[in-house]
Amino acid sequence: MAKPHRNLVRDYRQDLRLFGSPAARAGLAAMLVTLVMLPMVVQDDFWLSVLVYVGITAVGAIGLNLLTGYCGQISLGHAFFIGAGAYVTGWAGGELGLPLVLWLPMAALAGGLLGAVIGPFALRLRGHYLAIVTLGLVFVGEHLWRNFRGLTGGNSGTSVNAPVSLGPIDFNRVELAGEVYSRNQGYFWLVWALVAIVALLVKNLVRTRPGRALQAVRDRDQAAEVIGVRAGRYKIGAFVVSSAIASVAGALFGSYQQFVSPDEWNLLLSIQYIAIVIVGGLGTVFGSILGAVFVGALPALIDRFGDAIPGVRTSVGGEGFISVFALNQAIFGVLIVLFLVLEPRGLAGIWLRIKAYFKSWPFSY
Amino acid sequence: MTAFLQNCFAGLALGSTYALVALGFVVIFKSTGVINFAQGGLLALGAYLGYTFSNNLLLGFGVAILLACLAAALVGAGFERIVLRRMVGQPPFAVIMITIGLLFILEPVITAIWGFDNLQVRNPWNINTVELGGLVFGVKDLWTIGLTTAVVIGFFAFFKYSPLGLAMRVTAFDPEAALAQGISARRVYAVSWAIAAALAALAGIAMAAGPGGLSPSIGFIALAAFPAMIVGGMDSPGGAVLGGLVIGLAEALTRGYQDQLFSWAGDNVSIIVPYILMIVILLIRPYGLLGTKDVRRV
Repeated sequence: MAKPHRNLVRDYRQDLRLFGSPAARAGLAAMLVTLVMLPMVVQDDFWLSVLVYVGITAVGAIGLNLLTGYCGQISLGHAFFIGAGAYVTGWAGGELGLPLVLWLPMAALAGGLLGAVIGPFALRLRGHYLAIVTLGLVFVGEHLWRNFRGLTGGNSGTSVNAPVSLGPIDFNRVELAGEVYSRNQGYFWLVWALVAIVALLVKNLVRTRPGRALQAVRDRDQAAEVIGVRAGRYKIGAFVVSSAIASVAGALFGSYQQFVSPDEWNLLLSIQYIAIVIVGGLGTVFGSILGAVFVGALPALIDRFGDAIPGVRTSVGGEGFISVFALNQAIFGVLIVLFLVLEPRGLAGIWLRIKAYFKSWPFSY
Repeated sequence: MTAFLQNCFAGLALGSTYALVALGFVVIFKSTGVINFAQGGLLALGAYLGYTFSNNLLLGFGVAILLACLAAALVGAGFERIVLRRMVGQPPFAVIMITIGLLFILEPVITAIWGFDNLQVRNPWNINTVELGGLVFGVKDLWTIGLTTAVVIGFFAFFKYSPLGLAMRVTAFDPEAALAQGISARRVYAVSWAIAAALAALAGIAMAAGPGGLSPSIGFIALAAFPAMIVGGMDSPGGAVLGGLVIGLAEALTRGYQDQLFSWAGDNVSIIVPYILMIVILLIRPYGLLGTKDVRRV
């Protein structure tokens, strides 16, 4: 008997497989090998640190995509939860000196709890109250961070000295087969391993019953409620998980940067994450990572190569009509508008189209 | 008592600018169902245009205000025409995010043109004051309250008596029935954006003419009008005015009594008072003071 074609799906289980085709498995293996090998090939500290920030951003973006892409709720408060995660790390990891296996879950738990406290205010109503309530959250949060000096050090910020060792491996100084790797290389492995874990977690979540419920709420909340999905509960659930993931990103951010101040958790950070999930593709985990690579790296690149772009002012009072900060802001705004108008499915949508073309080749039209 | 009344007056002046911005939110929300985050950007744009007309072109202040409102209205209608119209039929959250994107495009454009410096708008009000019964009224504040009152009355008269206002109300009530009656939805949407932008520009100039001057952060001050809209009720123009005044009063009173009553809450707690008030209102009266409760039909 002839073998069925590789694209043929015969039952629901098959359709839900995470890594279905041999090609997908091979691609995944290639990606894993690349991630493990990359820090050994790229040794330049600047590029490594950009990649570490991209990884941290990818973690946060996956969290926001769960809420915005899969559940259709806009949150402008992502920056608040990222900040919360960073401060919890500063306290639990720095002051109490707890190990990585404790402070990271603690940050996630704190973020989730905060989300569970705030979510019900905004999400028990239909419509887009969440966007406005979380807008307020960013401002209330900034006020808290500036005045809650015991935890945050007030305006001047606080240092975060959390230990990052897992068993015998210290990510600040990885020793492997006689070779010693730098802090940036160690963090690259730690951060991207967490990207993989969070991606897998969310990917798994969205193919379960709660995941389908979220998407039903996004597509038509009334119809979802009629078939027995409790929309309010699932919206709050998505908000809690997304906040917890944001706090994990914040924890990594704080421990990598070793110093955080309240100026970092502003509206622009939230907008950056929104730009990432839109550019990457709403409702795809892979898209969040793509978006993080393209948009997350931008500020660092502009900061470094700003001199080469005409019209950009790199120092206070220097030449040029637009500052680095304003340029970032403008780019995020333009990306959001352009992608929503021209390519609402984002980079992931482009990728899926290319994939579909080759999958159905030679009958692609 | 004098201090209390003084603070109340400051609150009314601040509240009337919020009321103008919130009225703009409500107009767009009612007719198109979109929460317009770009309103803050339009406000800043209007204020800076007013600065250019008044300071650089040396026009009279009244003319400058009118021109700035007109120019902002054109930009608002332009946004609707170029960007928002392409999004008709898309899910609302995508449209909301477009307006967030527009806000973040407007801000850097403004700083690129006018810079980051604090500018003083040439205006006849300045820091002149009028004293009456032991209270000191800023001329600018009196004008703000007066102008807002006039605009709000004109706004309600427009919606009640003019054919276009009627068309807008019909479209807000039932878009399909309006279309069937030959009302152009496109025109209604464009006019809504134009009205909202003009209101924002007026509020912007009123803010900028004060002693604080004009700086790029003015757009973010306008975000406090969101709580005003929620407190009043998202779909109620009267609620927007009421909400604006409530928020303005709350903010001014907290600022006035910062040292006596609110020193425990940290410096500048008045900035976040609007948002806290909003959360309280959402808890006890989720559809706002004057908003209509959402009726769901399947």
